Amino acid sequence: MNAISGAYDWLTTSANWQGEKGVWHRLAEHLYFSGVCLAVACVVALPVALLLGHIGKGGALAVNISNVGRAVPTLAVLILLTLTPLGEHGDVPTLIALVLFAVPPLLTNAYVGMREVDRAVVEAARGMGMSGRQVFARVELPLAYPLVMTGVRSAAVQVVATATLAAMAGEGGLGRIITAGFNLQNTPQVVAGAFLVAVLALVVEGVLVLLGRVFDPMRGRSRVSG
Amino acid sequence: MAYGESGEAGRVSKRNCLVTNDWICGEYVRSRSQELTDATVQHIGITAASVAIGVAVALPLALLARRWRFLAAPILGVTTVLYSIPSLAMFSLLLPLFGLSVSLVITGLVLYSLTILVRNILAGLRAVPEEAREAARGMGYGPVRLLWEVELPLALPALLAGVRITTVSTVALTTVGAIVDYGGLGTLILDGLDTQFKAQVLTASVLCVLLALAADLLLLALQYWLTPWTRARRIRTGRSARTADAAPGVGKVAEPV
Repeated sequence: MNAISGAYDWLTTSANWQGEKGVWHRLAEHLYFSGVCLAVACVVALPVALLLGHIGKGGALAVNISNVGRAVPTLAVLILLTLTPLGEHGDVPTLIALVLFAVPPLLTNAYVGMREVDRAVVEAARGMGMSGRQVFARVELPLAYPLVMTGVRSAAVQVVATATLAAMAGEGGLGRIITAGFNLQNTPQVVAGAFLVAVLALVVEGVLVLLGRVFDPMRGRSRVSG
Repeated sequence: MAYGESGEAGRVSKRNCLVTNDWICGEYVRSRSQELTDATVQHIGITAASVAIGVAVALPLALLARRWRFLAAPILGVTTVLYSIPSLAMFSLLLPLFGLSVSLVITGLVLYSLTILVRNILAGLRAVPEEAREAARGMGYGPVRLLWEVELPLALPALLAGVRITTVSTVALTTVGAIVDYGGLGTLILDGLDTQFKAQVLTASVLCVLLALAADLLLLALQYWLTPWTRARRIRTGRSARTADAAPGVGKVAEPV
């Protein structure tokens, strides 16, 4: 109980929100890291996954890459990259690690989404004289959309979590409030920081769910269940 | 004499790779083997305890969700939300409850494991064919015996698939426990950052990945050994090995029994 009221006090102290070590600055860092890396990962992974799914090749790679991603500890990659010469270039190791960990869920979900499109529907589209490109854009993509968005959501959750861990490797972001709290043995600050991170993760996920619905190409129409 | 010589050579190479701070350093592994072993044992202990407790908690939750349908949505919802919380935040939120202890790390890992375990167990139980249940009831099985001797064995492939996924991600997540000094190999990795000790970071990281791989193979072997009927089915129909991993495939795999 003490820790909770302490955390509340910490959060309601305006000094903790100001300045370079304040919440606003850390939040901005966190969102900047996460946003840039998620965008880069989408630009890299989605076209590859959608193309592989369209031509039906490379399935083993697309599916296994997320198993590999699960086995590799995020913290280890962050710290390994920080110790390489890249570590002298400020944020670069963190940005690379974030992109690396965002790619597997994007790749796997988009690929599986494309492959799970009902073959009969694709055949029907072909029979109607659609070209490969038309089948891709008008049939496969709209039907694969929910899983593609699931991938984007998992990637976003992963990126926000990894950006938090970056604090343990000495980077900024909201995780820094937590690690600083541990160093100061200030439990209220640790709990307050963790609360902020958890809320951020849930808000990001919620926003992506909403965006997914708004931009759904099949909005208002029913999807043929595969 | 030859013994003394190799000792001398060992000291020289130790001076070299430890002083020059190489990424790969055999002398590091030799001289700190005790430290590495202790960290690995702690890592395995934390992972094993978390997965075991995770299964023990997930099973009743899955049974509850199946017994009372209105509970299914909240149970799955809460475990999914828990999964979205970043690991560092999860451990930190548990700090007031557990302090700097190994229970904090294990509790956090158990909470993460629930998402996949509950989902997979529930899918496995739901895929048990109704005929199998009817047959067992007809033979006079009570609910407990039905669960224990018919439903759970049939749900076993799905359960074990969940345990495999969970174990692999738990091995990786345990490293984050380094924040409270109970991270197994993660503690060595984090220490290595403070001291800029490259060999320590790389060795511990590689061990961690190998540990995840070994655990996965071990569970695969366990799955192979515990569920011989899925094998017979697979050979007969020429199904790919992967279908046993996917929960939706369980219904098909379970049919022959």
